[in-house]
Amino acid sequence: MAGRLADALRDSWDSDLAWSFRHSPYAMVAAIVFAACVGTAVLAPWVAPHNPFDLAQLDLSNSLKPPMWIAGGDPSYPLGTDDQGRDILSTIFFGARISLEVGIAAVLFSMGLGVALGLLAGYVGGKTDAFIMRVADVQLSFPAILIALLIDGVARAVFPGAHDSMAFWVLVLSIGVSGWVQYARTVRGSTMVEKNKEYVQAARLFGIHPLAIMARHVLPNVLGPVLVIATIHIATAIITEATLSFLGVGVPATEPSLGTLIRIGNDFMFSGEWWVTLFPGLALVIMVLAINLLGDWLRDALNPRLR
Amino acid sequence: MSPTGRPEGEHRSAQHEGGPASAGADVLLRVAHAGKTFDVSPPWLARTLGGQPRRLLHAVDDVSFDIRRGETLGLVGESGCGKSTVARLIVGLYRLSSGSIFYAGESVAALASGNAPRSLRRRLQMIFQDPYASLNPRWRVADIVAEPIRAHRLVVGGKAIRARVDALLSHVGLAAADGRKYPHQFSGGQRQRISIARALASEPEFLVCDEPTSALDVSVQAQVLNLMRDLQRELGLTYLFISHNLAVVHHVADRVGVMYLGRIVELADKKPLFATPRHPYTRMLLDAIPDLAMTGKARTPVAGEVPNPLTPPPGCTFHPRCPHANDRCRSEVPKLAPAPLAGMVACHAVEERRIPIVAERA
Repeated sequence: MAGRLADALRDSWDSDLAWSFRHSPYAMVAAIVFAACVGTAVLAPWVAPHNPFDLAQLDLSNSLKPPMWIAGGDPSYPLGTDDQGRDILSTIFFGARISLEVGIAAVLFSMGLGVALGLLAGYVGGKTDAFIMRVADVQLSFPAILIALLIDGVARAVFPGAHDSMAFWVLVLSIGVSGWVQYARTVRGSTMVEKNKEYVQAARLFGIHPLAIMARHVLPNVLGPVLVIATIHIATAIITEATLSFLGVGVPATEPSLGTLIRIGNDFMFSGEWWVTLFPGLALVIMVLAINLLGDWLRDALNPRLR
Repeated sequence: MSPTGRPEGEHRSAQHEGGPASAGADVLLRVAHAGKTFDVSPPWLARTLGGQPRRLLHAVDDVSFDIRRGETLGLVGESGCGKSTVARLIVGLYRLSSGSIFYAGESVAALASGNAPRSLRRRLQMIFQDPYASLNPRWRVADIVAEPIRAHRLVVGGKAIRARVDALLSHVGLAAADGRKYPHQFSGGQRQRISIARALASEPEFLVCDEPTSALDVSVQAQVLNLMRDLQRELGLTYLFISHNLAVVHHVADRVGVMYLGRIVELADKKPLFATPRHPYTRMLLDAIPDLAMTGKARTPVAGEVPNPLTPPPGCTFHPRCPHANDRCRSEVPKLAPAPLAGMVACHAVEERRIPIVAERA
């Protein structure tokens, strides 16, 4: 077993992908920045100077303090505080955590749904294919944000009391549902190519069950483009989450994500407290940019025509 | 030898004709009036709005032949004549549109619907044309070869399976250590050996070989063909060998069927077919082979193109290219019937003796 693991490690280090990564400076920088974002988000309870979600620590007398380098700033609140007296830096750490959790969970949900439906449509073909792809077409004719608002609204109406506790999963569902079409279309196309290749026909000759053929033969061969889409989709999902939170239908204000922070700050923009909205906005831009750069690199690295 | 009179049911005669060696032999595979039609109609919307009709492509039309245990039947023809469709019908990758195929008395129709008994599926295997597409690029060779063993539970237990895979790989001339590699680390010929090892893994009796060497270098073709012949002798395999290359078929086949536009036009033992071909199309194919002996004989190239199978010519589909065609050929489809001396031919001109029986060819 240990030999197999060593083999796998050596294979992945020697792979084209690893080579391309070692020779692409901007991919490495983006990876470092992204790793830093993920690191601070995961370790937020330990690295953040304050816990902004602990209401007992909040003190309204500390509200709207400017960053520490401006007159009236307090060194224990390096980037200032918001209207509730929450430390902006700590809130960014905790907010990024929520943004990333929502983004990754939503992408996993869309990816699972889209890949499964795409494989089914491409492999089975015929009426199944037509039905799935028409649903996808209809879905694409609605803006993603509208679908998310619709699902959120329905969830609020159906579970009036419990909304705050379910907000996270409602967000994941609403962002995830609007994203599956892209995965399904990509996977369907590649599946239609792969299923006519002779190795799939050989597997059929051995009497392998169609679901096993899809999972073990077709899936590994159509997954490359999916990884690229998923990476870039994490960035899109984080932005959608921020937009929904900005519109006030995201996570509750007691546990703000980056989008919630930007919305709160928006109310104070014109009274001079710019830091409440600027720093969360910058954090969002840097994180999304790093993910997009990684996605671009992955797309080029996996594209055989650019090698 | 063969009766020269035409029996009433020509196709029934296919079971007994096709060469002098046929009498009383053990028939392993019987293809009877097999037909395959593909629906190539434009999409439903275009048909209803544009008033376009349904279009059907008859890829295989009324094909009948027998293969006896232990022999090799070669199937030749130009691209698009339906050779590969016949192969896929036999192993159940396509569903028959008409007719029937029996393997050792059992209908293979169940193979296509997916509820065939495992024993039948195990006994019929196929070697594919493109060694670059027939192996999953993400699987290690050992897993590829082990797949049928695991699917049919022929050997149980990781160690036993590994031992069996190693044995199969060395059987086809590869090293046991090659099992740890991926398909892209091998050449075309080696990949085809892996394909053969995989096909042998389920211990089959009958192998359908769909142009197994046409994607290979000429120098490697002979090695793979010899390997296949050795395996046939050793394991008592029966082959249906499909190729567009007459030299390859001459090397491996015992009997040869010539296909043209979805039909078999001539079926005979290898020797008489190559020595005294009857059907004008077979003659044309043989005449087109470059004459290395430089006898100075004028070569007749294969004239004309294969017609569009969507709109085949009426009557004998070969008549636009045939030097012997007359009015009957343009209207009436010839049936495969016993020809004078040996074999079966589907040709009005041969039946009416309008074509002289040529002397022994060099």
